[in-house]
Amino acid sequence: MNIILVPFQKIGKFVLYTVEELGLIAIYIWESFISIPQYFINFENLIDQIIFIGMDSFYVVGLTGLFTGMVLSLQAYYAAKIVGVTYMIGPTVALSMVRELGPVLTALMITARCGSSMASEIGTMKVTEQIDALEVMAVDPYYFLSVPRILAAMAMLPVMTVLCSLIGIIGGYLVYVYFLGLNHVTYIEKIYQYIELKDIYNGLLKSVFFGAILAIISTFKGFQTTGGAKGVGKYTTQAVVLSSVYILFADYLLTSILF
Amino acid sequence: MIVLQGLSKSFSGVKVLDDLNIEFGEKQITVVMGRSGGGKSVMLKHIIGLMKPDSGKVLIGGIDINALKKKELNEIRKKFGMVFQDGALLDSLTVFENVAFPLRQHMKHSEKEIEDKVYSILADVGLNGQYNKMPSEISGGMRKRVGVARALILNPEIMLFDEPTTGLDPVMSDVINNLIISMHNKFKFTGIIISHDISGAFKTGDIIAMLYEGKIIESGTPEKFQNSSNPVVKQFISGTMEGPILI
Ligand SMILES: Nc1ncnc2c1ncn2[C@@H]1O[C@H](COP(=O)(O)OP(=O)(O)OP(=O)(O)O)[C@@H](O)[C@H]1O
Ligand SMILES: [Mg+2]
Repeated sequence: MNIILVPFQKIGKFVLYTVEELGLIAIYIWESFISIPQYFINFENLIDQIIFIGMDSFYVVGLTGLFTGMVLSLQAYYAAKIVGVTYMIGPTVALSMVRELGPVLTALMITARCGSSMASEIGTMKVTEQIDALEVMAVDPYYFLSVPRILAAMAMLPVMTVLCSLIGIIGGYLVYVYFLGLNHVTYIEKIYQYIELKDIYNGLLKSVFFGAILAIISTFKGFQTTGGAKGVGKYTTQAVVLSSVYILFADYLLTSILF
Repeated sequence: MIVLQGLSKSFSGVKVLDDLNIEFGEKQITVVMGRSGGGKSVMLKHIIGLMKPDSGKVLIGGIDINALKKKELNEIRKKFGMVFQDGALLDSLTVFENVAFPLRQHMKHSEKEIEDKVYSILADVGLNGQYNKMPSEISGGMRKRVGVARALILNPEIMLFDEPTTGLDPVMSDVINNLIISMHNKFKFTGIIISHDISGAFKTGDIIAMLYEGKIIESGTPEKFQNSSNPVVKQFISGTMEGPILI
């Protein structure tokens, strides 16, 4: 009897947990955003976060873009060679980067780099009563900590995505010209011919959503933290895993709606 | 005036506050004593709305703070200063910036005014020349004093101290007790001090109260408290193992 029931129990618990969690996140988003008209935006922290998410992530995002573009070019060559359409390598690299890999990989790298630190920083503040201290000093923690992070992520993700895609296309070009020894003019020409402005816009729109997702989930998990140093570790892991999963899920949804 | 009415709070089935009733007199200093783990910090967190009671009310100037919206509660909190048991300094800010933080958030002072205020209050708590250290670079007792300075900087109407002298050397404890007394004489705040330090309590408190098993079992002037016939209070004051307090 139990063998039959246990899996259902587990499914039931999982569903309840997920629904509750999503509800809490919805409340959290609402409370964060109503703090904007009430207390305005903390610009000092916003600038700090823009620098942290933007400038400081440049190398990580750049390297990710570079290697992805290079490997795409190489992989596309093996397929294109068979049917003799090596001139399509450029558009393949560019479209993959702009529409898909640029936004998603940037979001995942920034989740790993900044999402984890948002969760652990806020989590540590929570377990050492610094959040309580903010509240006692009549400073809304959402105004002070969440809103600057969420806005900075939404603003900087598209910028970083552009960088990632651009560097990826350059990486693809380098492999195309110097490693595969193909004509550099066709690479650029065909990209112009096949890529549309809409591809770029939609890619960037996706990245705005990804930025919101990673910052909301990571700060939310930070505020949920209890249980000392171990708790900080646990909730930081949850923040990164959940953000990544939600980003990939949102990517599918948005792609099916936008393209 | 601050009134706690029938306050009850449990954590995972364990009753920490059990129908607690107390009134904290306006502009008086009330010292609340009690065993470690007896719920003193929990009581203090209820007064400032960091915790919500399972039942009962917290009335500040007649207003039930748990019926307020967040923004209204924040308006009331601006009247408060609180010293946390473990300091709760913002660890990404220097000592100076920690003390300046409430000023920067709520006042429109010039940088010069902020500096003057912060330097003068840090001198009061005996922390000259430590301005640019990070909280992780100073001792626990120093952190506590920074916490006291941060709480006093806006001259609040109500001051909550969670064990302001625990962990300090006797001389520094006396400095803090005297600081509280002189600040109280100067600004006439309503003070609630949680303390284990019996001699300090008798020195600073207008009223001494004892929290035991989730209730206030005794409260009154230091003289009355000292001569209490309650065996728990007697045992607590004499600090002996023998008596009704179960270990
Ligand atoms: N956030 C919380 N979650 C669960 N239990 C808690 C929480 N805060 C306090 N408690 C419990 O409430 C009880 C009272 O804690 P409290 O911190 O108020 O003690 P205290 O009287 O301040 O002790 P001390 O003098 O050692 O500071 C303890 O048993 C503690 O475990
Ligand atoms: Mg305590």
